[in-house]
Amino acid sequence: MSKSINVALIGNPNTGKSSVFNELTGLKQKIGNYPGITVEKREGVCKLPRGLRAHIIDLPGTYSLNTTSLDESVVVELLLNKKSKDYPDVAVMISDVENLKRNLLLYTQLKDLKIPVILVINMADRMRRKGIRIDIEGLEKKLDTKIALISARKREGIDTLKAHIANYQKLSSEPVMQASRIAPDYFDRLQRAFPKEDLYKLWLVITQDTNFGLLDRKPPATGTNFKTLSDSELKRLQHKETVVRYQFINDALKDTYIVDREAAKGLRASIDRVLTHKVFGYVIFFGLLMLIFQAIFDWSTYPMDYIDAQFAALGQWVKSTFPPGVFTDLIAEGILAGIAGIVIFIPQIAFLFLFIAILEESGYMSRVVFLMDRLMRPFGLSGKSIVPLISGAACAIPAVMATRNITNWKERLITILVTPFVTCSARLPVYLIIIALIIPEGSILGFSYKAFTLMTLYFLGFGTAIGSAKILHHILKLPNRQFFMIEMPPYRAPSLKNVLLTMVEKTKSFVYGAGKIILAISIILWFLGSNGFSDEFQNADSIVTARIANEGFSLQSKNYIASNLESHGQKESEDEPTNDAGKMAEEQSMPIGTYKDNLEEQARQQEIASYRLEHSYMGVMGKAIEPLVQPMGYDWKIGIAILTSFAAREVFVSTLATIYSVGSEEEDTIKHRMASEVNEQHQEPLFNLASGISLLLFYAFAMQCMSTLAIVKKETNSWKWPLLQLGVMTLFAYLVAVLAYQILH
Amino acid sequence: MTLADLKPGQRAVIAEFDAYVPPIKLLELGCLPGNDVELVQIAPFKDPIYFNVNGSHLAIRKAEAAQIEVHPVNGTEAHE
Repeated sequence: MSKSINVALIGNPNTGKSSVFNELTGLKQKIGNYPGITVEKREGVCKLPRGLRAHIIDLPGTYSLNTTSLDESVVVELLLNKKSKDYPDVAVMISDVENLKRNLLLYTQLKDLKIPVILVINMADRMRRKGIRIDIEGLEKKLDTKIALISARKREGIDTLKAHIANYQKLSSEPVMQASRIAPDYFDRLQRAFPKEDLYKLWLVITQDTNFGLLDRKPPATGTNFKTLSDSELKRLQHKETVVRYQFINDALKDTYIVDREAAKGLRASIDRVLTHKVFGYVIFFGLLMLIFQAIFDWSTYPMDYIDAQFAALGQWVKSTFPPGVFTDLIAEGILAGIAGIVIFIPQIAFLFLFIAILEESGYMSRVVFLMDRLMRPFGLSGKSIVPLISGAACAIPAVMATRNITNWKERLITILVTPFVTCSARLPVYLIIIALIIPEGSILGFSYKAFTLMTLYFLGFGTAIGSAKILHHILKLPNRQFFMIEMPPYRAPSLKNVLLTMVEKTKSFVYGAGKIILAISIILWFLGSNGFSDEFQNADSIVTARIANEGFSLQSKNYIASNLESHGQKESEDEPTNDAGKMAEEQSMPIGTYKDNLEEQARQQEIASYRLEHSYMGVMGKAIEPLVQPMGYDWKIGIAILTSFAAREVFVSTLATIYSVGSEEEDTIKHRMASEVNEQHQEPLFNLASGISLLLFYAFAMQCMSTLAIVKKETNSWKWPLLQLGVMTLFAYLVAVLAYQILH
Repeated sequence: MTLADLKPGQRAVIAEFDAYVPPIKLLELGCLPGNDVELVQIAPFKDPIYFNVNGSHLAIRKAEAAQIEVHPVNGTEAHE
């Protein structure tokens, strides 16, 4: 086996670090999480000259070793922990040719840790346009290391970098400067108090709030005159340290890095004037949003319908191929349906992250944050929350995943918690059918009442989201020591490879991260809906068959048979050749008697399914919660639909279809059936204005989505937040729905 | 005069810090006394502001910027 060395990629954000990582590792990468926290851990393998292999770990972007966020702590924690299996044999620091000066600040800190560091100067292809010349050899001497001048996106210089990594043992691991000279007395005392520890490490531990663990904090037994400094004194020392580091850097760059400002060309200023303009800025941003929405709402329906159809076909195939029984049902209706419930989200997630990756890679995302920050501030959020919140209108799952860009943990948590209030596309089928049923025809100012109601629901969702963000901002007691700062990187053409890799990564992270939970819950829901302990459930077939024999079909079934026969008759008399696929042609050629028999058999099956569901565990639960849903104006049937739609909101419609033994999910059929339902207690239509509004409000506020809960669990790394979200949202939805019904009734 | 008082296109030099020392992140990115700073853009609702210091293009909120004293450099005119 060849020898493998540990290589850590470190660098400021926006230096093209991930491009370098992608070039070094190709597709041999693994993305996971650091244990116990939600920071992404990216690892990969790279072959080096002379049969060496490198295990490459791509650390989160950081400006320095002074940490202010979880992402940055990960970097420092690894570099201070020599016992870690990932502790680097060599660090590769990626810098960007235009911002070399400030990138070198981190370089001097890394050198202080006595780790060999290779300096990578990336984006070399921009040098000429920016009028930059670098004396590589001179700079190597000043910085006491090897430098690789590369252009990761153009794949230039990667081999030089690999050669440098392979020769890592020849690199110096001595500091390039002495940071302790900022306060000699203080550092002297520090060293005497902790003689075994490295001075710079001690300094890092003292100045950071983070607990880096593993460091021996116990002072030696012999008495010392070690004194701690106050916070403001420490801050002044940090200031001094930064100044000293920049002095060293300015000196190193003086003759080695020459910029001819006259030759520099840049479009940044002129593009920024348009993209952050007080009118055009917002117009362009909302235009892009419309495009993203179009993709998630509209374009993704094609792959989604396809996935839906394929899984339905697969389910049918399983049922017809394997012997009927519990096991076949488990596969077809439990497991396959569960997997379908995961796969169906892939198009939306992929589209959203395609766009987000492009916006980020191009540098535009920072401008959006800049534009929206002031507007989000009254709600305790910053501009960084706007994209996740708006994406929530398509689907909360990718939206919650998109909060990873928010570096401030409190803001990120709040955004995750409130995003499910935003009206997602799964609520739409529920809204549409209920609005069609209860909102009268008519219009106000050219807007139909129905459209007006739908729009109100969208505003209500977004308003509740930002309103609760404000409340959470006040009640959540979390450290919030970060101030708002965002870098405005230069505009660049996005790299296709990086964009596609982000898309694949995010999709995988959803499928494997949240998929397990979604699958488990859907199997439980299937079990509850298709099993029961009562005799009625066990003998549903014979009971319903006997009832049909004695009392005839239910009214609904009679209508179903009659209407189908009528249309069948019509088609026959018109005698037109139909272009429709096989089924229709088959029905056409059938003698009317056989056709009627088939219809009756279908009607019988539907009535059995309805009877079964009524007496399943789920049905029993629906009846058990009837006293709870009655104040909202619902009966046990809607109760069941609310329970099953926990799998996904749109299941509400198909559950009602089963309960009302309507064979198809045709909206009109279900609508007619719903319209004829009677509330037995009040002797009035079950779906009236009061109960309908109450139902709309319930769906607007309730956390009726196990997939969102699963992704929140993954992103917050605890069950506490998703369960709190479920509890609070459901309770709030319930209270509002009860109130609405009681007032309107 | 503070960083928050600059107009787009106007240049200045960061003054010595007095009682207030900006957050460490700003220092690291080059927001240090003696460095040149140019205001690039002000967001539509007058906040945040976006400036170039030491080659770093950064946006921070006005409240933060108002604590950083600067000496304007003559001869740079605000555009727009």
